[in-house]
Amino acid sequence: MQDLGISVLFRGKNLIRLLGGLGVTLELSAVSIVLSVILGLLLGVVMTLKSRVVRAVCRVYLEIIRIVPQLVLLFLCYFGLARAFGIQLSGEAAAVIVFTFWGAGEMGDLVRGALTSIPRHQIESGAALGLTKGQIYRYILIPQTLRRLIPQSINLATRMIKTTSLVMLIGVIEVLKVGQQIIDASRYDTPSAAIWIYAVIFFLYFFICWPISLLAGRLEKKWQA
Amino acid sequence: MADQLLEVRNLNKSFDGAQILKGVSLSIARGEVVVVIGPSGCGKSTLLRCINGLESIDSGEILLQGQVISGQTKNLHRIRQRIGMVFQSYDLFPHMNVMDNLLLGPMKALKRPRAEVVREAEAALERVGLLEKRDALPRQLSGGQKQRVAIVRALLMQPEMLLLDEITAALDPEMVREVLGVVLDLARDGMTMLIVTHEMRFAEAVADRILFLEGGSIVEEGAPKDFFRAPKTERARQFLHTFDYEAR
Repeated sequence: MQDLGISVLFRGKNLIRLLGGLGVTLELSAVSIVLSVILGLLLGVVMTLKSRVVRAVCRVYLEIIRIVPQLVLLFLCYFGLARAFGIQLSGEAAAVIVFTFWGAGEMGDLVRGALTSIPRHQIESGAALGLTKGQIYRYILIPQTLRRLIPQSINLATRMIKTTSLVMLIGVIEVLKVGQQIIDASRYDTPSAAIWIYAVIFFLYFFICWPISLLAGRLEKKWQA
Repeated sequence: MADQLLEVRNLNKSFDGAQILKGVSLSIARGEVVVVIGPSGCGKSTLLRCINGLESIDSGEILLQGQVISGQTKNLHRIRQRIGMVFQSYDLFPHMNVMDNLLLGPMKALKRPRAEVVREAEAALERVGLLEKRDALPRQLSGGQKQRVAIVRALLMQPEMLLLDEITAALDPEMVREVLGVVLDLARDGMTMLIVTHEMRFAEAVADRILFLEGGSIVEEGAPKDFFRAPKTERARQFLHTFDYEAR
């Protein structure tokens, strides 16, 4: 009788390894997302400045991260830097740099959009109360901006989590790579393992991203203005 | 003229080459209610916005209690703490409930203790009939209720004077009365106010003095009963006539 493919998962340390790979995925995502949010908030404020030079630079930056596939950025950062300048980054470091570069740009644009969508009257009515610029940002603009930002930035976060699967192509062993290793190792004795392992990975991604989306939905409902 | 709370001297302001205010001068005594009327685009709102520094001015001077406040950029927020302003579109902060909207200015700008401000806020809400709305969010209020909250918010800063910029223009007719009632009460309490409005009956009732602004200059000035019964200038007569026509 042929083994059911799923049994591969419970053979040896496979499950532990797969979860370990998931850990790498989560760690990369978490670090990149946190950095992206911090830098994106700053960048977003910068993007609302009126200076033409600042605007032009931001525009070019945004176009680059939107047009160039993340994989190309990863290769550029991992292989390109090593070839051209002899800078040897670890796969993880290259991944965090690229995902932060991408995430901060996207986040910055979301922040800019949220900031500029707040009516100018809100600023004026804070100013008319005698609040300082800093207080207007802190108590009026930023809280409202955050509320508008939540749904879109959660969307960005889930996209970033999914896209970390690309880093296996620069040698980082994350959940998808571990899955492939398990499938390859059992190709002869359990050919049907692939569908099972990939299905498990599907559910792993699903159960990470789904609660985040739920949370976003709930916050959005609570905060609708 | 020690009694003049606010003085505007020869104020000029233009936007993109179009001159909106042409040498406007006026003064308001403590406790006086001055209503500015005039056709749309005559510069009424710009005048108010210049006074509390929301617009920069090209030339002229604005004095509050004899102290020049125009042309300042650094201490603008301190000056604004002394001049309250209420806008046409209420502009409550949508992410805060009514009470938090009221507390923000006094607590953050004036650094006053919370408990004390809460007491004042409750008393003020009570006076405008909105105490039961203290925990409501702005979106749960009607336009008239929002505007009354906005007035209370400005008042809790204990300003020396209030600027009211067409505060009933965005309201349904049945809500205009409740808001104007609040303003009439304030006038009776001796609050110094500079009001821009299109409600002529209200202007007549509340004003100590009317300023008729057209094309960026004050064309006529006078006591309300003189101005509305027998305007001196042809321009004012024509302007008032358009309201007569609408009323009938």
